[in-house]
Amino acid sequence: MAKRIDVSGLNAYYGSFLAVEDISMTVEPRSVTAFIGPSGCGKSTFLRTLNRMHEVTPGGRVEGKVLLDDEDLYGPGIDPVAVRREVGMVFQRPNPFPTMSVYDNVAAGLRLNGSYKKSELDDIVEKSLRGANLWNEVKDRLARPGSGLSGGQQQRLCIARAIAVEPDVLLMDEPCSALDPISTLAIEDLIGELKERFTIVIVTHNMQQAARVSDRTAFFNLAAVGKPGRLIELDDTERIFSNPSVQATEDYISGRFG
Amino acid sequence: MSRTSVPARRPAGLKAATLPKWFPWAVAAGSVALGLGISTAAGLDSGIQWALIAALLFVAGSYGISARLEGRRQAKDRVATSLIWVAFLLAVVPLASLVYETVRRGTKVLDGHFLTHSMGVVADTETGGGIYHALLGTLEQVGIATAIAVPIGVLTAIYLVEYGRGRLAKAITFFVDVMTGIPSIVAGLFVLSLWIVVLGMGYSGFAGSMALAILMLPVVVRSTEEMLKLVPNELREASLALGVPKWRTILKVVLPTSVGGITTGVMLAVARITGETAPLLLLVWVTNFINANPFQDPQASLPVYIYLQYANSGGSGAAYDRAWAGALVLIAFIMILNLVARGIARWKAPQAGR
Repeated sequence: MAKRIDVSGLNAYYGSFLAVEDISMTVEPRSVTAFIGPSGCGKSTFLRTLNRMHEVTPGGRVEGKVLLDDEDLYGPGIDPVAVRREVGMVFQRPNPFPTMSVYDNVAAGLRLNGSYKKSELDDIVEKSLRGANLWNEVKDRLARPGSGLSGGQQQRLCIARAIAVEPDVLLMDEPCSALDPISTLAIEDLIGELKERFTIVIVTHNMQQAARVSDRTAFFNLAAVGKPGRLIELDDTERIFSNPSVQATEDYISGRFG
Repeated sequence: MSRTSVPARRPAGLKAATLPKWFPWAVAAGSVALGLGISTAAGLDSGIQWALIAALLFVAGSYGISARLEGRRQAKDRVATSLIWVAFLLAVVPLASLVYETVRRGTKVLDGHFLTHSMGVVADTETGGGIYHALLGTLEQVGIATAIAVPIGVLTAIYLVEYGRGRLAKAITFFVDVMTGIPSIVAGLFVLSLWIVVLGMGYSGFAGSMALAILMLPVVVRSTEEMLKLVPNELREASLALGVPKWRTILKVVLPTSVGGITTGVMLAVARITGETAPLLLLVWVTNFINANPFQDPQASLPVYIYLQYANSGGSGAAYDRAWAGALVLIAFIMILNLVARGIARWKAPQAGR
């Protein structure tokens, strides 16, 4: 059930500070879109506006439109809780719930939203853990605490937890920045498999990673510190990394930035 | 020129003189012996003057010997270490002595009979009798106070940490701080004037519970607030990003993560109010008979029982012994509560086993 995202004229604020200005873009369903750009340019802030997590931050405020297929996420009467069920998120640092076992972590999104039969839950947990390439490693210790896994396993556990609720879109905020190269590879492979079912948006500081996993790449930049971040260009990944149409993108990718 | 002065300040090698491990013990033994010797020689008859002399000798002796043999820096280190030891002993000696005295005097009459009988028909000067009525009263009064203060306190803390923004939250924080400083007798007077004088209710355990709840509330709010603040924000965001409503996030993720710390805070608050005497004297009054109904008529309670047994002993050893035994039961009760709290905190703490 992957869906298309259409953003038009989006501004995001922290209090009175404009962090992200006038962003319009389209994210295609069943594809991986990568956001790259220097620190502080608003990639993560923009990502968090796509499932209404930005407003969880005190003072966070958004103007503009985000269409999920044809529904405006910021339209009147939209329930942010319902939006987050459709648009899941994986964070930079693995954050399994410390009081819950591996099994309960994966089932958390379902259990906290309604009641399921034990057999149903068993099926979904196994399917999600298999989907996150973690099943073989944890099938014998589903009852152990989730925080006892290694960092890479914890991050895949968080991905399993996010896909267990069957969202339409999966947002990933630097999901590999706290992981070693082998765990990173495992997660990148996983992203390749997940895009068959989900629309994926990934923020990354690693340009090789963007080049490896994404179909389309968006480059963000900011004019100066304290100025809002903007979308510079969005194009096929191959084009962005070989022949970008904006000079700033080429400077950033080739390391001549700043 | 500066190039020559720098190497000159360096030690000759990496090895430096080190005093043996038994050195502090030897100095301590020497100072105690010297302290005892000086006080006998000078004919000081006070029981603890020798200890003060020994403490001074210990600090000065460690410094002097170490400065001579090891160097200034090590000597300062030894002075700091010995000062901390002296401070530790100063703090522990009264505590150990208090527990020792209470156990020694309290165990004289503490037995099954003492725990299961009241003072009903026992005159103050007679032997026999017990604390059953006071124990029952304390359990009921503290239990009701906890039942009032914990829900209000925990909910207030949740509001302050998870929802509170702006003026209302600031005002609540301020008033909680003010409440922390309310003397227990003032809380007692407040309930006395409102409940007994204005509303015309009689003395009862419940009136005492209300005063205890007022004293307990700020402690519960503060400790719960600190525990909720320790829950990482990432966990809240992880739960919200799964499409879980905020109230369920708080109930199922935030509270379970911090329940160990909250329990410890509540138990400490209970321990604190269990020993309160003043508001109970004002509001619950006292009786020598068993009154299991906390909503009507005076009840006994452990702190008041201890006070009255001592005050009305009239030189009788029996009442005196009962006061000490009551004190021992009170200390044991609080200690058991603390142990239970620690147990719960350890049991509920997030585990990281593999």
